[in-house]
Amino acid sequence: MIYRENGQFKTSYTADQQIFTIAQDKIFVLAVIAFAFIGIPFLVDEYLFRAILIPFLILALAALGVNLLVGYCGQITLGAGAFMAIGAYAAYNFFIRIDGMPLIVALLLGGLSSAGMGILFGIPSLRVRGLYLAVATLAAQFFCDWAFLRIQWFTNNSSSGSVSVSNLNVMGWSIESPVEKYLFCLTFLVVFALIAKNLTRAIIGRQWMAIRDMDVAAEVIGIRPMYAKLSAFAVSSFFVGVAGGLWGFVHLGSWEPAAFSVDRSFQLLFMVIIGGLGSILGSFFGAAFIVILPIFLNQFLPALGSFFGIAISTAAVSHAELIIFGSLIVFFLIVEPHGLARLWSIAKEKLRLWPFPH
Amino acid sequence: MSRKIGDVILDLQNISLRFGGVKALTDISFNVREHEVRAIIGPNGAGKSSMLNVINGVYHPQDGKILFRGQERKKMEPHMAAVQGISRTFQNIALFKGMSVLDNIMTGRTLKMKSNLLMQALWIGPARNEEIEHRRKVEEVIDFLEIQHIRKTPVGRLPYGLQKRVDLGRALAMEPQILLLDEPMAGMNVEEKQDMCRFILDVNDQFGTTIVLIEHDMGVVMDISDRVVVLDYGKKIGDGMPDDVRSNPEVIKAYLGVGH
Amino acid sequence: MGFFIETLIGGLMAGMLYSLVALGFVLIFKASGVFNFAQGAMVLFAALAMARFSSWANAALGGDSLFLANLIAFVGAGMVMFIVAWVIERLVLRNLVNQEGATLLMATLGITYVLEGVGQTLFGSEIYNIDVGMPKDPVIMFESLFEGGILINKEDFIAALIAAILVGVLTLFFQKTPIGRALRAVADDHQAALSIGIPLNRIWVIVWCVAGVVALVAGIIWGSKLGVQFSLATVAMRALPVVILGGLTSVPGAIVGGLIIGVGEKLSEVYLGPYVGGGIEIWFAYMLALVFLLFRPQGLFGEKIIDRV
Repeated sequence: MIYRENGQFKTSYTADQQIFTIAQDKIFVLAVIAFAFIGIPFLVDEYLFRAILIPFLILALAALGVNLLVGYCGQITLGAGAFMAIGAYAAYNFFIRIDGMPLIVALLLGGLSSAGMGILFGIPSLRVRGLYLAVATLAAQFFCDWAFLRIQWFTNNSSSGSVSVSNLNVMGWSIESPVEKYLFCLTFLVVFALIAKNLTRAIIGRQWMAIRDMDVAAEVIGIRPMYAKLSAFAVSSFFVGVAGGLWGFVHLGSWEPAAFSVDRSFQLLFMVIIGGLGSILGSFFGAAFIVILPIFLNQFLPALGSFFGIAISTAAVSHAELIIFGSLIVFFLIVEPHGLARLWSIAKEKLRLWPFPH
Repeated sequence: MSRKIGDVILDLQNISLRFGGVKALTDISFNVREHEVRAIIGPNGAGKSSMLNVINGVYHPQDGKILFRGQERKKMEPHMAAVQGISRTFQNIALFKGMSVLDNIMTGRTLKMKSNLLMQALWIGPARNEEIEHRRKVEEVIDFLEIQHIRKTPVGRLPYGLQKRVDLGRALAMEPQILLLDEPMAGMNVEEKQDMCRFILDVNDQFGTTIVLIEHDMGVVMDISDRVVVLDYGKKIGDGMPDDVRSNPEVIKAYLGVGH
Repeated sequence: MGFFIETLIGGLMAGMLYSLVALGFVLIFKASGVFNFAQGAMVLFAALAMARFSSWANAALGGDSLFLANLIAFVGAGMVMFIVAWVIERLVLRNLVNQEGATLLMATLGITYVLEGVGQTLFGSEIYNIDVGMPKDPVIMFESLFEGGILINKEDFIAALIAAILVGVLTLFFQKTPIGRALRAVADDHQAALSIGIPLNRIWVIVWCVAGVVALVAGIIWGSKLGVQFSLATVAMRALPVVILGGLTSVPGAIVGGLIIGVGEKLSEVYLGPYVGGGIEIWFAYMLALVFLLFRPQGLFGEKIIDRV
């Protein structure tokens, strides 16, 4: 009875084109955001910030970017990790090579560099589709793995091959403690999620979806495939690049190319598929699932073992993690190929009719 | 009818199209006059759809010339045809399944929308106003086609007849000069066919849109078209007024069957 | 000149193995539309099984006959791969009929994790050796033709020979036998094949089984050369450019593509590598395939797709 749109009439197209057309949705989302900014910093301890919340925020941002490309524009990518790496290393070089470079500007420039490379590696999408493209994007991944390992200039000739940043601050506010880092990342995520939502409900979003659903028809009604696809690659890589910068600068502090390996690319793709292709909310669900699951298993399995009086070795735990993680992914794909976001919208449909389902 | 048939708007001269060794079209010439309803008929595999694909740039013929408003057209991509004002519907409905009816028809406005990516990202000023302005246009199309009640429904969930109507709506949203219709009435029942005929004639009448249509239902073709071109095995075997074509012996043999 | 030919031959021999693994990809893709990312994990899994069975059998036989132990291990590992194929068909493929390519791809990534986890739980996660008695010493050939002759690694040569024979046998199998014909029918159109009574599920088990055997052979060859360890799973990644170069559905494409990639990698590493800091063979193959795709999107032997609207 609470979740109802009855009586909420639209009298102008402006009102009908809002992000949340149902008032309750709007209130709910605003409440969640307010709670994330004001409530959580007081409620959560450092470990949770560091192990779960910060990685979740950053990876959700990256997943959002991947979802724009894969979910909205239908171009499968297995190279998202590479664009995180480009974002991180480009931001790093801007940050240390230019005196007085503000942190946020460096991160955004990192994102722009990533967007540029995204366009470059997106060119094959004009010629090939589907799985061929997926494999082609691996080229970006392996090339970047190699470049950031072997080309000394990118790492400022660091002898160990790893790079690090310190003394992060935004206009005098330092970003050092977990709470500060959390709020910093949260702000990024909220702003970028809004941008993503705007793009997907605008002309460009419709062009992406048109290309995804039926590319020949899209071309016939005047959509240029080149513009639509490359803009999707650019925007997606921008998001992913900024996320990469945050991952390196804020989450890790010092990092090596291995932080952005092909496993990271797979992980991001998992997030959008499990979360829901073509759904912004789904990107968050997917990121939460993939971030929390391994931590949960890591804690839960030894506890379960000791309950039955068996000591489980760390190696066994990590193998069991692999098995359970893999099985759950397959399980999810079988049970709900449209992802967690679909479950959410089904729940909402039900709630709308509750308590009178007919 | 108040409309007046004008000059030749589209002139196809000696078009030949091959796929490898398969000849889809052989040396076909015909023209389309402004504001007329031009039908292309012929048995299955006669090359009708290929002909439309040639007109809007999906296929590129090996030989022949295409003149649009007297200008020879070079090899061009489909979206350039759209820029010139040629839109079309599809035989096997090619709607964007994941999107709502409204969004599908909105895609037809793409060429007319000019705001840049940054403005769209921030949803400010021109991007936002433009969206409202074009929404108004699209609502006109929706009203015209009488599909108000389904505007928010994903097209994948609609029945076939309505999908065909949305397909037409998307093409109309482009405000085309030439509208190509590929079997707009295939698989419809009598009532739906009547509706569709009415829409086609209204479009032609109210907006003066030139229409090129492929159709199998001979009754419909004879009723609504001004001139008919007949294809068989990729060759042109007849061209003229519906009545002339109906009495052309070669057409009767190839298309209507000997016993007709 | 001698050195060039030596590199070329080395590349061809390495390429033959890529062809073999690529063939595994192509068979599965043709029959079930699945882009099998788990191929690498299958190689690791098979190699682990082989290595452990071999040492267990050797211990049981008292170390008398290495050949017999290896034979037992090979049969055992083959059976394990059959079980793997059957389980995958039962639990995964059967439930994912008619899903999109991306979903299936993700499912095989899930399978990858499971196989890696199960493999290491069952067989342990140390580095093992497979000793199938491959000769390790190099020979020098064509001394009369070139100064210093051409150095050929016997082990590589035998590996390439085995791979070539297997590729030949598989090609014949799929071109000439009734099962092969059924498989090609399934590849063309699942539903049409089903409607004329081809048992889809059994065909899938067969191709996954064949892919398992391919993985086993590749695992033995690479395992005896590099040792059986976790990194074997990533070797299959190197074979991916082969399939896009050759075309996902083309058997000859897989073979020729494998040879091209093998040669390209070796030549680039030797002649280009020193200028850019080495290690380029990992991405060079991908770039090669990518550039190739720009000019011929359908791959080497794929047919041009005509869009019908």
